[in-house]
Amino acid sequence: MAGLDIDRLYRDEAGRVLATLIRVVGDFELAEEAVQDAFQAAVEQWPETGSPDLPRAWLIRVGRNKGVDRLRRRIRARSRQGELEAEVLADPPLAAAPDEEGADEGLFDAGLADDMLRLIFTCCHPALGMEAQVGLTLKTVCGLSTEVVARAFVTSHETVAQRLVRAKRKIRDAGIPYQVPPLAILDERLEGVLATIYLVFTEGYAGSSGPSLLREDLSAEAIRLGRLLDGLMPGRPAVRGLLALMLLHDARREGRVTAEGDVVLLEDQDRTRWDRARIAEGARLVEAALRMPGPPSPYAVQAAIAALHAQAPRWEDTDWRQIVGLYEVLLRIQPTPVVELNHAAALSMVDGPARALDLVDALAARGSLDGYHLLPAVRADLLRRLGRKDEALAAYRAALARARLEPEQRLFVRRMAELGP
Amino acid sequence: MQYLMLIYENEAEAAKQAEADGARMMEEYRAFTQSIIKSGNFKAGDALQPTSTATTVRVKNGKTITTDGPFAETREQLAGYYLIDAANLDEAIGIAARVPSARSGSIELRPVLMFS
Repeated sequence: MAGLDIDRLYRDEAGRVLATLIRVVGDFELAEEAVQDAFQAAVEQWPETGSPDLPRAWLIRVGRNKGVDRLRRRIRARSRQGELEAEVLADPPLAAAPDEEGADEGLFDAGLADDMLRLIFTCCHPALGMEAQVGLTLKTVCGLSTEVVARAFVTSHETVAQRLVRAKRKIRDAGIPYQVPPLAILDERLEGVLATIYLVFTEGYAGSSGPSLLREDLSAEAIRLGRLLDGLMPGRPAVRGLLALMLLHDARREGRVTAEGDVVLLEDQDRTRWDRARIAEGARLVEAALRMPGPPSPYAVQAAIAALHAQAPRWEDTDWRQIVGLYEVLLRIQPTPVVELNHAAALSMVDGPARALDLVDALAARGSLDGYHLLPAVRADLLRRLGRKDEALAAYRAALARARLEPEQRLFVRRMAELGP
Repeated sequence: MQYLMLIYENEAEAAKQAEADGARMMEEYRAFTQSIIKSGNFKAGDALQPTSTATTVRVKNGKTITTDGPFAETREQLAGYYLIDAANLDEAIGIAARVPSARSGSIELRPVLMFS
């Protein structure tokens, strides 16, 4: 059949089909096998019969039937091993899967959005390790292959495959429920989901390793997840704030590094290379997130800061006063040393480097950012602007010693060279 | 499902705490235990004597080898347990978070392996 793009169909539908089949057959691995069966059937049948009007419903119906077949075969195999078939059948996980077509309506339509949320919350359950959460989410929700996940994180196929098997086994054996968490713990669990999505994004944006092309794919997946979640849970400032933050960062992807892979500082970036449409979309989403009732989300506040940077026509036009104000809001709702450092850096643009240096030195004295290369980097920059060359050089050396990424190391070397011998 | 909740605490700190206000801790545990009996989650539970009373037993080549002390030296020690019934891990996590020692130590949740 002309035009059956199976890869595209898989990427778009596999996550949703799987989400529903897990609920229907009550088993993660069985559902995954059923999804493969259903897509296999589509490849074989659709060229003959033409694509169905509702491909997703078709895939779910076929997948459920295949899943039931597989379960029956399993039960027969086990009963041959001496187990009582009756006992297994008395507790069928398929109780919610009647065969009548009429009952399909509820099965396929009403629950779909909820199924996708169930899948997302299950993949990001805090009882699973972070790496397992990321792997499961990319594999099942995004429909990426184990191979692609492995390459993006520069690990072997076997490592990722094993991690996924262990995670699925834990979901089953530890009794991780396939559900959207109850209201009492929903916000807390949502934080975990957002942290996982943001980790995927940052790994793609500033990844510690790996070829850049794949890393961009990870950012794109994270944005796709953000859009999906924002659609499933509209009206959540943290969700919309995170989506806005990712879009605004991603919009400035071009221009952040030179063709040679060198870091270009924000003040030196060619702003014509930024993606204006993305910036506009991100800015709209920030506005919406900040207008929603409830306390402001740290993601939304960070996005608002990113929007101010992105919307300034030139570096000199940056609205530092408002940025400092937003950092002060952020300090109240998320008082971390990194936020303090960023606040000090922004403040230097309003109150001058001397006042900012006091804040940075106080922060350094507390020792909570020991080993973080950006602390001496910010100090060095402030000292440079104050004309304290020797101290600036020493601080750049400290930053260089702590930086793990090559482009950042080259940046500090460049800065030192600019200061002269 | 059944879960074993293993209560880990730093013994030295817990002993100091008990000297300061052991009565309050006892009362908190009594109230917690009552609450999970009432909700139907409770199957069993006990506090343990400190690891200074522990004996570790191994059999090597048919010979019983007995050593003083716990299996492993750790920063926190096993201080007690509950066996609970819970619908799923989320319910079990909710119950574990209410164990008084969760604030000072940690609670390890282990699903019980059912041979059926």
